[in-house]
Amino acid sequence: MATSALFFIFAGLAIACALSMVYHRNPLYSAISLIGVFVSLSCIYVSLAAPFIAAVQILIYAGAIMVLVIFVIMLLNLDEEVALDRLRYLYAVGGGLGLILLIQTFFIFYAVMRAPQQTVDQAETVGKTLSIGQAMFTEYLLPVEIVGVLLLMAIIGGVVMVRRLSQPQLEKLVEEELTRRNEQDEVGDYRISF
Amino acid sequence: MESVLKTAFPFVVWAVAILIAFQGVLMIVAYTVLAERKVLGWIQGRIGPNRVGPWGVLQPFADLLKFIFKEDLVPDKSTKFVYYLAPIVALTCALLPMVVYPFGPEITTVDWSFLPWGLGDGIRSLPLTIAQIDVGVLFVLGITSVGVFGIALAGWSSNSKYSLMGGLRSSAQMISYELAMGASVIGVVMLAGTLDLNGIIYAQIQSPFKWFIIPQFIGFVVFLIAAFAETNRVPFDLPEAETELVAGFHTEYSALKFALFFMAEYVNMFTVSVMCTVLFLGGWYIPGLGHIFEPGSIPYAVASHVVFLLKIFVFLFFYIWVRGTLPRFRFDQLMNFGWKFLLPLALANVIVTIFLVYFLNR
Repeated sequence: MATSALFFIFAGLAIACALSMVYHRNPLYSAISLIGVFVSLSCIYVSLAAPFIAAVQILIYAGAIMVLVIFVIMLLNLDEEVALDRLRYLYAVGGGLGLILLIQTFFIFYAVMRAPQQTVDQAETVGKTLSIGQAMFTEYLLPVEIVGVLLLMAIIGGVVMVRRLSQPQLEKLVEEELTRRNEQDEVGDYRISF
Repeated sequence: MESVLKTAFPFVVWAVAILIAFQGVLMIVAYTVLAERKVLGWIQGRIGPNRVGPWGVLQPFADLLKFIFKEDLVPDKSTKFVYYLAPIVALTCALLPMVVYPFGPEITTVDWSFLPWGLGDGIRSLPLTIAQIDVGVLFVLGITSVGVFGIALAGWSSNSKYSLMGGLRSSAQMISYELAMGASVIGVVMLAGTLDLNGIIYAQIQSPFKWFIIPQFIGFVVFLIAAFAETNRVPFDLPEAETELVAGFHTEYSALKFALFFMAEYVNMFTVSVMCTVLFLGGWYIPGLGHIFEPGSIPYAVASHVVFLLKIFVFLFFYIWVRGTLPRFRFDQLMNFGWKFLLPLALANVIVTIFLVYFLNR
């Protein structure tokens, strides 16, 4: 009884945060609402006897990925979205797709109600760290290694994209800029070194 | 009615435990602020505050009154909701890990039937941890990761260039050193075989090296340095240095909101001191104490708790000592140090520990 009450509280919170996320025009409020969704999901994972997944959800999703998203929003200084007139047909398209999604959701409810009920046993070891670790390195080793290579690709891509100039190129660039500024103003010689 | 009260009684016990722990943590934090001012004073050749109460012991309460009665300034163009949310997030995420700290050993030798429903169904021992979850280490690391939001949002929402620069620098520093901190913990977790904080203490009791600082000395040093960077303390406190950025991300916060940030910084210090103690110094365990008192009894628990607090105070004193001694890093030196030295060192420690554990278990 307590479990289902807790489930309704956290599920309600998740739905409220998700609605808030799509409602706000300011991207930062949407990002904060998304953090709320992740925290609610993490609480639901705990009630499903998966403490490791819950902790990792907070650590990685809310703690790392959302920090990245918030950095991007802050550094790009995105303004609030304004609805354009010529895109009004999108309301109808959105409504239609939403209706299809609602029908699919009711189908899921129907399928869940017809499935046999199984209560969650908190003493099971499936969600615990030991069993996840064992499965990761024996049965699911290949997918884990592939994911590692994918992450390595992403890191290398990021590093290549923000690669710095080498020292001679940097010095040449600075020299050109200082010469240009010397020609523009009469303040003095910009090329004084410290 | 009877059964409802019976199921609700453990929650009452938990609520009382949370209140006691919360009160204790806040008192320790308040007196850490006073201790910092006194110890810094002694290092710098002066005495700290000594007017309010004998030796200045009532100074934290005077500070609290001052913060409450100060004028509450709000910048005009700031994003109001996020501006008010940021100190709340910072302090909440600093205080949340309190529920998994192992404050002492389990009390097993006391008969609890004098309580109305005996501590709940079939529970015979009283663990001195509020929530015993299996993934305690990950919980603490995750909550401190979420604490970065408080600082990033504070810096951005104040609509001031000092705050923005301070907030971005501070959060970049915190997320860089989180990696080194997590990697240095992996060695301890491998030696202990569990992520549960109580389990780590029991593993230290049963291992031939009584405290994990002995096999994991490099991990300990990496964790301590990363902890200094995580809590924005000297020598990593460029984001809040007065000569650099006025006051960094909390420039535009006055009165009680600033008090919340201030408290959050000291509670973070307390958190990493507790983690250091539990992971590397054996938590509440000292080798000889089991012979003096009977393990599982109340005197043993009280003595172990006092030992735990003393170890935490040693780390807090070390924080203050380093603040009075070292100059601060420049920001690029700080980032270089975190990514190019500390993280590879922590990973090398993990690899060496892997071999150690493998050959010990052969």
